[in-house]
Formats: sequence, C-alpha cells, structure tokens
Amino acid sequence: MNTIEREPSRLAVLGAGHVGPVIARLAVKAGYPVAIATSGDPEDIALITELVIPGARPRWASEAAAEADIVVLALPLHRFGDLDPARLDGKLVVDAMNYWPASDGTLEPFEEGGSSEIVARRLAGSTVVKALNHIGYHELEDWARPASDPDRRAAGVAGDDPAAVAAIAGLVDRIGYDPVPLESLRAGRVLQPGGPVFGVVLTRPEFERAVDRETRSLT
Amino acid sequence: MTYTFGLDTFGDRNSDADGTPLSHAQTIRNVVEEGVFAEQAGVDFFGIGEHHTEYFPMPAGDVALAAIAARTERIRLGSAVTVLSSDDPVRVFQRYSTLNAISGGRAEVILGRGSSIESFPLFGYDLADYEELFDEKATLFAELLKGGPVTWEGKTRPPLLNQDVVPHTESGPFPAWIGVGGNPQSVIRAARLGFSLALAIIGGPPDRFASYSQLFQRALEKFGRPPLPVLVHSPGHVAATDEQARAEFWPRWREIMTLMAAERGFAVPTEASLDAETGPRGALYVGSPETVARKIATNLRALDATRFDLKYGMPGLTHDQLMTNIELYGGQVIPRVRELLGSSGTDRPVVD
Repeated sequence: MNTIEREPSRLAVLGAGHVGPVIARLAVKAGYPVAIATSGDPEDIALITELVIPGARPRWASEAAAEADIVVLALPLHRFGDLDPARLDGKLVVDAMNYWPASDGTLEPFEEGGSSEIVARRLAGSTVVKALNHIGYHELEDWARPASDPDRRAAGVAGDDPAAVAAIAGLVDRIGYDPVPLESLRAGRVLQPGGPVFGVVLTRPEFERAVDRETRSLT
Repeated sequence: MTYTFGLDTFGDRNSDADGTPLSHAQTIRNVVEEGVFAEQAGVDFFGIGEHHTEYFPMPAGDVALAAIAARTERIRLGSAVTVLSSDDPVRVFQRYSTLNAISGGRAEVILGRGSSIESFPLFGYDLADYEELFDEKATLFAELLKGGPVTWEGKTRPPLLNQDVVPHTESGPFPAWIGVGGNPQSVIRAARLGFSLALAIIGGPPDRFASYSQLFQRALEKFGRPPLPVLVHSPGHVAATDEQARAEFWPRWREIMTLMAAERGFAVPTEASLDAETGPRGALYVGSPETVARKIATNLRALDATRFDLKYGMPGLTHDQLMTNIELYGGQVIPRVRELLGSSGTDRPVVD
C-alpha cells in the first residue's frame, strides 16, 4: 500500500492540545510510529493517549524528539520559546503552529514576517517545513482521503530545502491530503492566518487558484 | 436515563423585519422575554454566554438571568459560558450564588473561554497567560463551590485565608461545568477538579468527541470521583420546515462568518460549508423540528451525553423568528428527542 517509503519515519508530535492529537491520530492511522509529548510528565497524558490517540506512545519531549526522524510542532506558539532548540538539532521539523493574534493575542517576536521563518531562525540546527497549519483541527481528520479518492483535498507544504519539502509532502500524502509544495518558507506565508487558504478545505485546483491570486496581488 | 434540554444565547443582536438592527438595550430586553418564554415552551435550561462585541452585546448575562429568574419558576438558568480567566472567581461565585438565591436554587455556571478574546484586553489580561489563569481560577472556583471558608494562594489573584464568601447557598453547590472545545487536557482538568463536562461542538463531525466523553469518565475514575454528566452545546436554528430554517439562517450565518473571517483571518465559508455543517456529519442543527430532533438524538447517543443545549439565534434574526424557534424547540423537538431516545433500551441506534 505504501509506495513512498519502505520504512516509515518515526514521528514525534510535540503538543497534546487541540491540534497535536489530531495529527498524531492521522499519523498512527497512516502507519507511522508516533510519540506524543507535552512540556510535562508523559504520565499526565497517558490516559489521553490511550483513549484519544490509541497507538501513539506518550513520552518526555526530549526522548520523543531524540528518537524521531520528523518532529511536529503542535504547541501553542507562545510556548515555543520554552523549547530548547538544541533538542531539535539535525531534525526535520514540521511547523504546524500559527501566529494568530485574533485568537491567541499578540506576540511581539512574531509581529514582523512569516511565523515559520521566525521559528526556523530560532531552530538554526533543524530543517523547518511549514505544513498542517492551515486546515482547522475540527476538519483535518474528517477531510483526510486516500490518494485514489476524487474528493481529496489539498494541503500546502512550504520550505527552503527541496528534499525536506518532498519528505513532508510524503507525510501529508500518506495522512490523506494532496500535497502542494511551495518553494520557500517565505512563500508559505500564504498558508498563515489572513492568507487565502487559511481555515478552508479546498480541492487542489481551488487551492492553486487561491494561492496564485494571492501571489499575483503581491507582485 | 434522564435527558435535559437547554437553549443558549450570546445576546445575538436582533434586527427588525426590515433588517434594521435593534438597539443593544432592546436586544437585551428581548433576551429576557425569550428566557421567560423558554420556560413556558417546556425548555429545561436557559443559558447566556458572555460576549463583549457590537453584535453580541452581552457582557453581564447574569443580570439578565436574574430578571428571568424573577419571572419564572421551573427553568434552570446559567452562563454559557462565563469567561472565568478574565474574571474574578470570587465575584463569579457571588453573582451566581445570588442568582441561585433569587431563583430558589436554579442557578448553574459553565466556565470556559468560548472563542472570544475581547475580555482579555478589556480587563487587562494577557492571552499568553490563558492556561495558567484558567487553571488557577477554576481550581479556586471549585473550592468556593464547596461552601466553607476558603484558603487559597496563587499568582493570578490575591490569596484568601480562611475566607467566608457570601451569599451561602441553601443546599450545597450549584451545578458547574467546564466548557471544552477540543483540547483533551481540558477534559482531564474538568475531571480532576470535579466539574461536569460541556462539549462545545461548533464545527466538524460531532462524533469525533466520543473519545472525549470516554476520557472524561475514565479520568473521573482515576481521580476517585463519581460519574458526572456530559452536555453538548451546538449552534442551530429551528423553523417550521427545513427550507424555511435554512432560508432564515444562511444569510445571517454568512454575515457573521464574513465578519469573523475578516477579524480572524480565515476564509469566508461558502454555502457548501453550510451544507456540510447542517448535514449529518456537521455541527449545526438547522431545520425542521424532526430534522433537528433526529440529529440531537443521534449525537447524544454517540457522545454518551445526557444534556443538549442548542445555541439559538444569530445576529440579524428577528425576535419573532427566535420566539418561533423556542416554541418549536420546546414544543416539538424536545418531546421528539425524548421519544427517540426512550423508545430503545439497547445500544441499537434508533435513527438512521
């Protein structure tokens, strides 16, 4: 069934709030070994993992990250500063966080530019890809479809490293979305709050049209 | 199994039949009439959610609830929700224990955040502190509910030392719930502190919350607490027919979603997204009494919940449309849901 990777990457999802469990569940279903962690004791999320994310393993964040090939950041952006960048050195990191002042309040360091570019600057030893941030956690699971489904929806994958973008496009594909690569984190700003695809679930043609319109209006 | 049914409002600003918005004051007077009428229509609970905006001018719902309490005898009255993080738990307790006194023991409170952030800058709180504010204040509120003198210390409000907080309730704690929108750690918190669980399901398929309901009961066991009820809160609109409900609801929903989309930076929902949300896999209850009743019965079963609160209204609907909604909900939807749920003593679904 899986033609993209023979040996599925090991995933660490950091964050067990609204978004983390949804991504973790989709990844378990897609056959990935998944660890989930918060800033605290894995014992605190043992029951959550058992009932809400069956198949995933609760871990300490440091252990989950150390053992993972791909680390998904699904923590609130205002907690990102608490994360030690050294723990993610050498890792492929998916930034699923959003800077969303209308919902979460203002954060000074994120007021200028794209949030994932700012995340990437802080995680200088990691390769950061922006993905899985623009479809609401209400809907992410319900719209997941296999590649063969004509009703499949698109999801953006943005990064400066083409190989990293390709790897995360593989992850996005396997969990149920048609990946649309964007050539840089800068270009990934279209996936942010206020952008043309944030908070809507679009088919690939709709998605590409929305992104094209936005790109044209910026140039 | 005893099921109960409520109506919630955010004080959605009414319009007149020509579409002209009514004043905030008239909207609030209409909410009081709607609450009184809800009792006559056979509704068990009437809730008012705290909001601070032009189109939801309802920051002091407890005052409106007191007016309703003075004119009713049976209906339970509460917040839906109280934004506890930007309030003082002592004040919240005092206001709702006063409501409890006025109403002869009919007060409830649902604590949460809703999806609003306006109260944070208004009262000088930082949203970055949200988790800590809520956790500390909910912990203190649980202590206050017990009724005895309270000793408490934290970072978010001055300490209390053996403090008697009045008015005392006549017969123990009034019902208190924590509203949860999809964060499983909030479910654990509700269980740890001994609050009942209110699932706010405002988008996407309701049955994805089934594991939250299980998580809540398992967490209660883990903390050595008895089982507590789960309620479902979702938006909707009931009219005589599916077509009429949709025709009344869609333009108002589109207006408010367009406004919120601009404020919050998400794309404007399409008519197709309304179709998805009002269909069997969606979170909205828009339709005839039969359509809405079937969906409520299905989801109460799926979520192992015993109470359903319909968030009725939408800015721009008329008071008459809301009164009709209330009449149909109390007179037809609620009895029909009871019938659907009561007609089967097994786990077998009674609806398609």
